[in-house]
Amino acid sequence: MSSRTVALIVNGKRHEVTLASNTTLLTALRDLGYTDVKNGCEIGECGACAVFLNGEAVNSCMVLAHQADGAEIVTNAGLGTMQDPHPIQEAFADAGAIQCGFCTPGMVISTKALLDRNPNPTEAEIREALSGNLCRCTGYGQIIAGVRLAAERLLQSASSPASSLAEGSSASEAGREADRDDRLLAVDDETDEGDRS
Amino acid sequence: MLPEFDLLKPSVLEEALEMLSVGEKAQPIAGGTNLIVDMRSGKLRPPVLVDIGGLHELCCIREKAGVLSIGGAVTIAELVDDPMIERHAPILRQMARSFANTLIRNRATIGGNLVNAAPCCDTAPALLILDAEVELQSATDTRRIPLADFLVGAFETARAANEILTCVRVPIPPPSARTAFEKMGLRKISCMAKVDVAVRVDVDDSESVTNARVAVGAASAVALRVPEAEAALVGGSLTAESAVPASQGLTGEQRLGKGIEKAVRLVGEAVEPRPGSEYKRQVVRGIARRLLSSLLRRDLRANGSQEDPSQGRSPSGFREGGAS
Repeated sequence: MSSRTVALIVNGKRHEVTLASNTTLLTALRDLGYTDVKNGCEIGECGACAVFLNGEAVNSCMVLAHQADGAEIVTNAGLGTMQDPHPIQEAFADAGAIQCGFCTPGMVISTKALLDRNPNPTEAEIREALSGNLCRCTGYGQIIAGVRLAAERLLQSASSPASSLAEGSSASEAGREADRDDRLLAVDDETDEGDRS
Repeated sequence: MLPEFDLLKPSVLEEALEMLSVGEKAQPIAGGTNLIVDMRSGKLRPPVLVDIGGLHELCCIREKAGVLSIGGAVTIAELVDDPMIERHAPILRQMARSFANTLIRNRATIGGNLVNAAPCCDTAPALLILDAEVELQSATDTRRIPLADFLVGAFETARAANEILTCVRVPIPPPSARTAFEKMGLRKISCMAKVDVAVRVDVDDSESVTNARVAVGAASAVALRVPEAEAALVGGSLTAESAVPASQGLTGEQRLGKGIEKAVRLVGEAVEPRPGSEYKRQVVRGIARRLLSSLLRRDLRANGSQEDPSQGRSPSGFREGGAS
């Protein structure tokens, strides 16, 4: 079996790694430390491993790492940080769109793919856009609400670029700010090195 | 863990064809949405994969001399987005929008879906009613065959091991053609087809059906056209004053009403007898009736004709509505 060097540009950082040809992009990313990319089903059913590959949202379990040679990859962690979360991540936390958090990184990727193309989706469009991402904890209701909240905030900030997102958020949401960081921990999970990689 | 294999990465089509011509061991891979699943399960163990996904020769959608040619590695997502597809073959867009989900559509290719030849492959019924043909290329030869001849059986095609499905050729239907597609699965979206139905009717200036196509997917080993159902639709007219001479004492309009019912019955017979096939037969008939009605019957109703309610029973739980 052939091993070759693959260049992967992940969240703006270039990596060159020697990988066997049967390594999936999912495994390659997790081995590089991008453990926000989750290993769920490995057969393209659950969407937990979703990443942007050259701008397109894909299941990284179904891409061979060598097929991604030279590609730009953006994972959930590449969209925002704990200190500076992406509005979608922030909206997921505020809407309680997280229970165990395992599906969240993939949900965030699919949400961004949706909102980039359709900034004001209907509920049906949201459900369709997230249909490749499975959540086993929630009833999806809060996830749909999280996407809507993200859409509203992104539209608001687009229409009034001067006002920050914090100023744009309502008083009732402000009360939730306190536990937001705890919830984000579930999104950007660095503590699961021991799982199925 | 995937089984071990060598991965070859050609930079042009010619190189890929050379790689495939060495023995029968090498297999092409594009989006991998079927192949990687089958390799992970151990069903397939190709020792050599040739990555054809990024080959620019296979990634274009072109229109020339009344034919849309869709490269084998064009993704399902591109079928959703491409303006030429929307203009000339909107049924392909409709089909593509029902295909799995965005994460899969961004990888899965039209060529891969056809070459995999699953009985439930969504691309086949939509392409069959467009009279599509596939182009197969090897290092030494290029051939074109009708899609119906390419699909041999479940997971079986006419492709030789050294060939690549380089493009799908779709004759652009005349403006008089009306098409509709519907898929039924276990969920509304992101599911495999239990049944796919695609229909097309070409209606001339005098509102007569001059040409018809009906295709069914996931109801037999391979997606297929139902020529008897198609024949039943031809000659019917959407208007009471038909240019088509009345035959057997029926006006063109009455013939169309009878033709639709006959087509619906025949489409149901195309369902292969297997456990559960009675259910599929009912579903196929319900969908076929709804699609044909949406294309033809609205005009009929405007002319005062009524569907026989005793013939129109659909399985419960069907969503009502048009074909789009």
